[in-house]
Order: sequence, then C-alpha cells, then structure tokens
Amino acid sequence: MKTPETAPPIHPLRLLGKALLWFVIFNLLAAAVPPDLGQISGYNLLYPGRQRFPFGENPGQSYNLSLFDLNAMFKSLALDGTPKAANEFRILTIGDSAVWGTLLTPGQTLAGNLDARGLALCGKQARVYNLGYPSLSLAKDLILLQQGMSYHPDLIIWLTTLEAFPQDKQLSSPLVANNPARARALISQYGLALNPRDPALVEPGWLDRTIFGQRQALMNWVRLQLLGVLWGATGIDQYYPVRYQPAAVQLSADQSYHALTPANFEPGKLAFDLLPAGYAIAGATPILLVNEPMLISSGANSDLRYNFFYPRWVYDRYRALLAETARARDWQSLDAWNLVPASEFTNSAIHLTPKGEALLADRIAAALPGICR
Amino acid sequence: MTLAQTLTFAGLALLGGWLTNTRSRARAYFLLTASVLAVFWLQPALPIRYLDFWLPCATLAIVWLSWALTAAPGQRAVRENWLSGGLVCALILLAALTRLLPFDSILTASTPPQAWELILPAGLLALAVFALTRWRRGWFLTAGIAALIGLLILQKSPQLGAAASLFLRAANGQAVGPASGLDLRWLGFSYIAFRLIHSLRDRQAGRLKDVSLGEYFTYVIFFPALTAGPIDRIDNFTKHLRAPAVLDREQQLRAGRRFFVGLFKKYVLADSLALIAMNSTNALQVRGAGWAWVLLYAYTLQIYFDFSGYTDIVIGMALVLGFNLPENFNAPYRQPNLTQFWNNWHISLTQWFRAYYFNPLNRWLRTESTHAKIQLPTPLQVLFLQVSTMLLIGLWHGVTLNFVLWGVWHGLGLFAHNRWSGFIKPRAEAWADTPLKKNLLNVSGVLATFHFVALGWVFFALPGIAISAHFFQILLGFNG
Repeated sequence: MKTPETAPPIHPLRLLGKALLWFVIFNLLAAAVPPDLGQISGYNLLYPGRQRFPFGENPGQSYNLSLFDLNAMFKSLALDGTPKAANEFRILTIGDSAVWGTLLTPGQTLAGNLDARGLALCGKQARVYNLGYPSLSLAKDLILLQQGMSYHPDLIIWLTTLEAFPQDKQLSSPLVANNPARARALISQYGLALNPRDPALVEPGWLDRTIFGQRQALMNWVRLQLLGVLWGATGIDQYYPVRYQPAAVQLSADQSYHALTPANFEPGKLAFDLLPAGYAIAGATPILLVNEPMLISSGANSDLRYNFFYPRWVYDRYRALLAETARARDWQSLDAWNLVPASEFTNSAIHLTPKGEALLADRIAAALPGICR
Repeated sequence: MTLAQTLTFAGLALLGGWLTNTRSRARAYFLLTASVLAVFWLQPALPIRYLDFWLPCATLAIVWLSWALTAAPGQRAVRENWLSGGLVCALILLAALTRLLPFDSILTASTPPQAWELILPAGLLALAVFALTRWRRGWFLTAGIAALIGLLILQKSPQLGAAASLFLRAANGQAVGPASGLDLRWLGFSYIAFRLIHSLRDRQAGRLKDVSLGEYFTYVIFFPALTAGPIDRIDNFTKHLRAPAVLDREQQLRAGRRFFVGLFKKYVLADSLALIAMNSTNALQVRGAGWAWVLLYAYTLQIYFDFSGYTDIVIGMALVLGFNLPENFNAPYRQPNLTQFWNNWHISLTQWFRAYYFNPLNRWLRTESTHAKIQLPTPLQVLFLQVSTMLLIGLWHGVTLNFVLWGVWHGLGLFAHNRWSGFIKPRAEAWADTPLKKNLLNVSGVLATFHFVALGWVFFALPGIAISAHFFQILLGFNG
C-alpha cells in the first residue's frame, strides 16, 4: 500500500482525462444496456402511492410533473403497492383528462367517486383505480391498458369521446410518441391501421440513449421521486387555480372536423379499429365502454356545433357508429353524452365539476351490476 | 447565480488565471474589468425603467466615493488610480453603448439608457470625489458608514423598499400600483456594503493600509464573490492581489475539487432539496407533524448545501485566480453546541459582526460602563450582547419581524448555552468518564443543536408570524 509520501503526484489534466474516459464508458454502457430506472421507486415504500398518474406542467405548484417513463408512472401509483385481496373486485378506469380529473381532487374523480361508494360487485368488494391520463388518443389508452392488465383487474371502465378517435391524434399523444417501441408493438400485434414509421413517433438516436442523452428523463425520474414527498405531505397532485377560463359556449360556425366535412366523411378516418384491440388486450376481463359526457352549448352557433370540439353532424355520426359497433360486437356500453347539464362543466367541454362527476358515477354505478351477469 | 453564469465565471477565472499567471499588473486590470462587467451582467432585470442599469452604476459610484473617503492623501493623485478610474468609466460607457447593438443587450438585464444620460451623474460623482479629497473631515467617515447602513435598511425593508419603488415609478412616469420592495433588488449590495463599512471603519481606527483605486474596486466587487461573499478582509485580499498568482499542481487540484464539490452541492443537492423544502405554500398545506419535519429537514439541508456549495465554487474560482478567500462553513451541523455552530456557519459574516459590533461593545461594557453609576450584571451584559448581535445579523438578512424573531431565537439560544455550559460542563465531564459516554454526550449535543437551528429556520424561511406559528403547531402535532 502506498503511503501519502510515496504516492505519485496527481496530475490535474490526467485526472480530468480519466474522469472523461469513465464518463464515456458509462455512457456507452448505458446506451448498450439501458437501465430501467422506472422499476425503482420510493412510492408505496417511503411515501404513499399516487391516486392517479403523474401529470403536470408546474411542479412547484402542482407537486406533480409529466414524464414518459411508463414503468416509473405505474410504480408511482397506489395501485402498484396494493396487493389484490381475495375479496377485491378490482376496477380500472381508463380515458382522458376527464377521467384523470382535471381541476378535481383525487376523491372527486370518477374513480374516487365510485370507490367511495363501497360497491359490492359479483360478491366482492369493489375497489376502483384511476388510470386516466390527460391526452385524447385511443392508442394512448391501449398502451396504459396493456400495462394496467398486469394488476389483474376484474373490470375495465373505458371512457372515451370522439376527440380520441381521429387517426392523426393516435400517435401524436406525447405518451405514445415517446414510447415508440410500445406503440409499434401494439400496431403489429393487433394489426392496427396506424403507420409504424409515423414521424410523430420520437425515435431515439444512439446519443439519445446515453446517460447524457437521457439526462432529462433521469432528472424527471429524480423529480418524480422527490415530489412523492410533497404528495405524501400534502395530498396535492394538481394546481387548482382560483379562477379559470370556462369552456367556450359561444362557438364558431366552422363545420369541419380534423379535415373531415359532411361531404368527405368516412368511418375509416376514425380509429374504430383500436376499440377491438382494447378488448383483445383485456381478454376475459369485461369492459364497460362509456361515451363520456360533453358540454352541449346553447350559445352562438350551437345549432351547428355542440361545443368547441364537435360540429353536430360529425358527433351524431360518431355516436351512431359507436352504438352500432358495440351492438354488433355485443359490448357492454353506456352512452352518457348528454347526461351532465352545461352548468357542470369546468374549463373544457369534457371536464366535469364534482357534481357532474357524481352524476356520471351514479349512472355508471347503476350499470355495474349488469357486468356480473 | 445560474449554472450558466457560474460556468461562465469559471471559464473567465481559468482564462484569467492562465493569461495573467505571473503578471500581477495584467491580472489586476483583468480582475477589475471582469468585476465591473459582472456588476452589470449579474444584476437581475427590474420593472422600474433603467434601474437595472443605474443600480450597478450606483454600486460603482459608491465604491469610488468610499475609496475617496478612505484613501490616504498621497494615494489620490497616483497615475495608476487615473488609469483604473478611466477603465471603470470606459466600462460603464461600454455597458451604456450596448444599447446600440442590433440585438438584445448581452451585458445588462434590459436596454440601458442613452449614453448622454450618464453625463450628469458622472459630473456629480466627479464633484463629490473632488470635494471629498479636498475638504475631507473626520465625520465624513461616520457619515459614510451611516449612509451605507441607511441604504442597507432601505434595500432590506419591504415597506421602505416599496415606498422607494413608488417614488421611482412616479418619477419615471410608470404605474405606481404594482410598486413593491422587490423592485429594488440590488445585486450583492448586502456584501458590498459590509466590505465598504469594514474599510471605512478600519480607516477611522487607523488600521487601513494604502490601497489603490483599482485594488479597492476589485476588493469590493471581486466577481466570484460578488453575489454572496465570503466577506474577505481588505488587507488579506490585497496581499493576494499584489503577489504573483502561482497556480501549481496542488493549487489546481484544490481549486478543481472545491469547484466541482460546490457545483454538486449547489446544483444537484440543494436544487433537488429545494423541490421539497419548507416554503410559504407547503407550510399551509402539509398534513401531520411527521411530514412537516421532513419539509423542515429538507430546508435545513437545502440552505446549507446551497450556501456552502456556492462558497466552495467561489473559493475554487478564486484559487485559480491566486486568492485564498476565507472559509464560510466548516461542518456547522456537526457542532455540539450553538456557540460552535455560529463559529462555523457563515463564518465571514459572524467574524465581521464580532469585529465591528460584538467585541467593541463588549469592551465598552466591560471598561467604560464600570465608570457608570449603574453597572449591568455580567449575565445581563451577555444577554444584551448575544441578543443584539444576533438581532443585527437577522436584520442584515431583511428588516422584517420574522428575521427579528430568528435573530432573537439564536441570541437567546447563545445566552442559554453560555449560562448552561458554565453549570453543566463540569458535571457532564465528570459523568462522561468513558469513550462511549463522551460520544453519547457529543451526539446528543449535535442533535440538540441541529434541531434548535432547524426550528429557527421556520422564522427565516417563512414570511410572517402567523404562518410560522401555524407551522410550529403542525410540527408539534397540535394542528394539521
């Protein structure tokens, strides 16, 4: 062993060179064998799991953030840390921001509402978990459903709306675009009419797979873990502004919808083929397909449009197609499109107030016993 | 400072250290240039028009006036001072002329005013410097110190700051509604003022050695230490400034280690902890005592890693430039009592207060007051000294009731330790007759001190009494 007196002097440049070499080696290793950091989580261990997926733009106020690491996202959920009891009837709700619960506390969401009812279903105690995520895309729902199936649900409540159906929205959802391998696997496994080489899919280059290229993802993982402390400490996972812009009720006279017009509309331009893929993923697990409530405006041009999203003609055709598909395939479905009065929407034509959410939960709860039959 | 600013400064320090390694004169002008430009570059944008240009100018003017007050008569007309003065003027003019660039200013936070608007203030400054050098009186130094303290109070008091903002906004023809004390964020002024007061007070006491204008400028606004210290002594600083900077292998390694450790502490540990540290928002949201303690511990560690990390970065950069700046932190959270904590936390600030407040007052209380008819008993003297010193340190951070409470908290803690240790020390030493007991005693002292300091941060970090009381209730399990 060298004593300090006999140790050779350290040359600063040589030291820097060695540090650089190790940095390069670690980066190459990380690119060759990407570590799955998402599997490591402090949630359900150091602090409680979240009631819904991490999502948010302002961590300082919402104690939440958006990231694309699906494993890390699932690991942060209370669902991940809750072993299924023998008498548990496990229900997963999937869908968009209306299911996730924009402007709602976890307890006010559909899942929170249903769970609080303590429903007994098929002789078991129902427990309802929120797997909604704020973006409108059936492909995104499928990816979450696929991973959600590993939690052995007894029922899936899949809420959707027309805005999740346009072909151009399927792969551009950030969660899908940033998980290109999963998106491609889905396309090939279920023969979806989506382009696996769609430029919307973010293909990481060699450099992007190194630690240096993954620095943002790494930082997001660290922040997700740290924000778990604030989630545990406050129970807050969303910023609730005192005031917000209410959903538009004075509408434009524009009748087009994602380049569709009454003249060129074809059912094939909506991604109805993704619905059977969902049922295939669920396998023997039943799905209750819900056409979610939307704002029916009575302002300017409400004779032409229902709301900001939908011209009346396209939404009516979509509803008819959805009902027809469900009937033809014998799917359990619920059309709640006009269930909630206009006064119970918040900042979007699909975001409900707590009262609106309770109305929807009443309707769904009433339909649930039919699942057991 | 942002990471980009820190790395820019590190690059600048490396360049300066390499270019001017053994050339003292070149190094002096390099440091003066970099420091003057840094005063403009680091000043954050302010909502009052042109204030983010005028405040750096005011900093430089105040430094110049302070030099005129402190310089020995023989020093003032030296050619070197004219060169340094000319360089500072040219750099201010350069900052003003960046207005003419076709893109956003790279040197100032927002577009500077027209260059001709500098003429009147420059003329007034020249007159003031001339007057000070021609008709200097002994009370000028006292007036200078008082003026600096007045400016500090103005900058640190939210109410006075808001009033000043109101006045400046009205004078500028801007909306007065949003006036706030934050409108007067004057980069590094707390540290600048303390360096200046140190030099003025040392001149009063006849301790200040001759310092040229360039050296004085560089000492006060030395770019690595501009924003958050440490507060060096002028004689120590000029000793290094005048000696050739020898950056040998040892020095390079030491500098590199301090810099990288500092970067990690500040931008990885402190910035991560900042996400979960106690603040005015989560203090009202936290549910339960356990979580409140977690937030408090996070803040306690964050403030240490942030400040000590910054100090490491500064010391590392200064080493490259040939300066041995004083240490500011020496494992403060590992100290067994509060007195030791304050000997190892923000050392350069506490030494400043010790030199210019605590020791003189202590001497006065022990000597002068003995001639007075009413003499304070020793415990009361200690209480007054400890509490008033800590109160002033609190007020240095901000003229608010919460900083007063933070100062009083520590002042009373130091007094209690002073009294307690006299009583307990012999008994504790008698009890701790084995290494295990000694360790136990030390560990319990460290834990007690750490928690006392941590609880004090509640006053420091939160903006008002009500929210602090609320958070204390949660910590103690009475609320939430």
